Amino acid sequence: MFEDINALFHGFSVALTPFNLLLMFIGVTLGVIIGVLPGLGGANGIAILLPLTFTMPPTSAIIMLSCIYWGALFGGAITSILFNIPGEPWSVATTFDGYPMAQAGRAGEALTGAFTSSFVGAFFAVVMITFLAPLVARFALQFGPPEFFAVYFLTFCSFIGMGKEPPFKILAAMMLGFALASVGIDTVTGQLRLIFGWHELMRGFDFLIAVIGLFGIGEILLSMEEGLSFSGKSAKIDPKIVIQTWKKLPKYWATSLRSCLIGCWLGITPGGATPASFMSYGVAKRISKDGAKFGTGQLEGVVAPETAAHAAGTSALLPMLALGIPGSPTAAVLLGGLLIWGLQPGPLLFIEQKDFVWGLIASMYLGNIAGLVIVLTCVPLFAAILRIPFSIIAPIIIVICAIGAYTVHNAMLDIWFMLLFGVAGYVFKKLAYPLAPLVLALVLGDRAEDAFRQSMLMAQGDMRIFFANGLVGGIMGLSLLLLFWPLMAKWLARLRSPNAAA
Amino acid sequence: MEENNESAGVSGRGISNHAAEIAVAFMFLVIGGVVAFDSHRIGSGWSSDGPQAGYFPFYIGLIICIASLVTLGQSLFGAAASRNDRMFVEWSQLKQVLSVLVPAALFVAGIQVIGIYVAATIYIAVFMVWLGNYGWIKGIVLGFAVSALFFVTFEVWFQVPLFKGALDPLRFLGY
Repeated sequence: MFEDINALFHGFSVALTPFNLLLMFIGVTLGVIIGVLPGLGGANGIAILLPLTFTMPPTSAIIMLSCIYWGALFGGAITSILFNIPGEPWSVATTFDGYPMAQAGRAGEALTGAFTSSFVGAFFAVVMITFLAPLVARFALQFGPPEFFAVYFLTFCSFIGMGKEPPFKILAAMMLGFALASVGIDTVTGQLRLIFGWHELMRGFDFLIAVIGLFGIGEILLSMEEGLSFSGKSAKIDPKIVIQTWKKLPKYWATSLRSCLIGCWLGITPGGATPASFMSYGVAKRISKDGAKFGTGQLEGVVAPETAAHAAGTSALLPMLALGIPGSPTAAVLLGGLLIWGLQPGPLLFIEQKDFVWGLIASMYLGNIAGLVIVLTCVPLFAAILRIPFSIIAPIIIVICAIGAYTVHNAMLDIWFMLLFGVAGYVFKKLAYPLAPLVLALVLGDRAEDAFRQSMLMAQGDMRIFFANGLVGGIMGLSLLLLFWPLMAKWLARLRSPNAAA
Repeated sequence: MEENNESAGVSGRGISNHAAEIAVAFMFLVIGGVVAFDSHRIGSGWSSDGPQAGYFPFYIGLIICIASLVTLGQSLFGAAASRNDRMFVEWSQLKQVLSVLVPAALFVAGIQVIGIYVAATIYIAVFMVWLGNYGWIKGIVLGFAVSALFFVTFEVWFQVPLFKGALDPLRFLGY
């Protein structure tokens, strides 16, 4: 414990250089802009900017990129409250009470409440990461290939078990990600796979291209279809409103704490931020004495989902750091960054790259403070960006996406793939094929396959290796439980009330 | 399969959700089949030194096939009430989407020939004039400004060279 606190202070000394502080502010500002713009979100925004950080020291690079992530999380609240357009899926629940508040002329209060509770949620999660991540990493040091495969398996099972989409569509999307990941040279045998004689495919499909296309271009196409009539409420935050709102917030401490816990719990399991925000909203509505008034512009109805979404978004980085398994598409992009900078994500990171890990964790504290200050002071500026007509923003974003796709490998073909992924993203989103598991499978595909093949080698093809000891068996058991949880829940409900089933 | 797809697809107001479901599930089935088939071709079993290259992707392909067959079955033989009640996309919406997608494709084709910077200038200008009803001068000025900003950022500041096209019209700048 004390060792970790020492390490954290060392991390602050790494993060607190003028250069890194500058990057932090740039990152948060860029992040908010990215979060506010249609078609750009945390995941593809970071994917586009990733190539620009190749020449930076890894610690500075990840500080900037993670600050973009915090900024994007903050930015989602601005569009939800002022424009009733959730910038990210996890800010959907914020619109329920945030937009009515803005309509009633209380936009400043709603925004202050949202930003402050985002900050509280993120801070809570960062504290948890500080103390829990090293423990998890230490524990994971004894993992062998079967255990790692079991953890990957757990990740993917929880997507299917917890996702709102039809399970077979989640499965299909996820497996498509694995299939795309296996295109190119097989790292073990050196054989070419699935390229059908097309040698430009040898490089394989880079997940960054997929992220830029699926989320960026796909989103633009979707927003084009909706016709885009932005009718936003104007917002001004002056210090008086901030102080007034801050005086009200302590009243909701129970809601905040509950939302923090929900967020952290669901954030560690993948794809958690969106369910976390909804669940937290639902729970707050049920428990609060003003529950009936939720949806008409209750500050508490903004606090609950925002706290949980940020707690979840932040704690999604825990499995990424400690196990090398990202909990969200954005965490997946950051993980891809680690690989490009030559760092091997996983439990060894805490031993071999102390500066990097603790610099990052320290920057999470600082970045969130910087974020809060920036969003509270610059809201009108960011809201003005949303008023730029779509016919100017859309082509510029498409150009940015094309540049981002090109810079990944300096390959023209990638821009075409980006366009293709964009169309796929548009169609998939409309038919409820989830994109997050596809991206995660594409990122983790090679590593999951390696873990699987090594396990198979160890056991000579005997699947029982995945239940050989308590640890791996436990993780596999938990995975299967998560996978079949929806079925079991239905079955249990039927057992309890046999009349309802008939 | 294709016929079913077509007849359900042209239903007057747009493409029905039902048709789109079937088409996408069918596409997944084809992809899964191709993956499994090609993995089987390069060897999906065991060799003397362990699993062959196609071992893992073969099963991935199989799972895609199974998952898409279930989805296909659900949309073909599922509850009739859920059919045709929703549009996947209306023709007017599709027109909107294509009005972004087609110029974007032309833009990418343009990059191939004249490079990112020149193509971006033209693309932004045309997009603004055509879809945003701005004047030509406004469009060209903004397109040029944005491209110039990108040029300075990437070529000069970050020294990341972007694609300048087969014809390389910006050769005279010396980058």
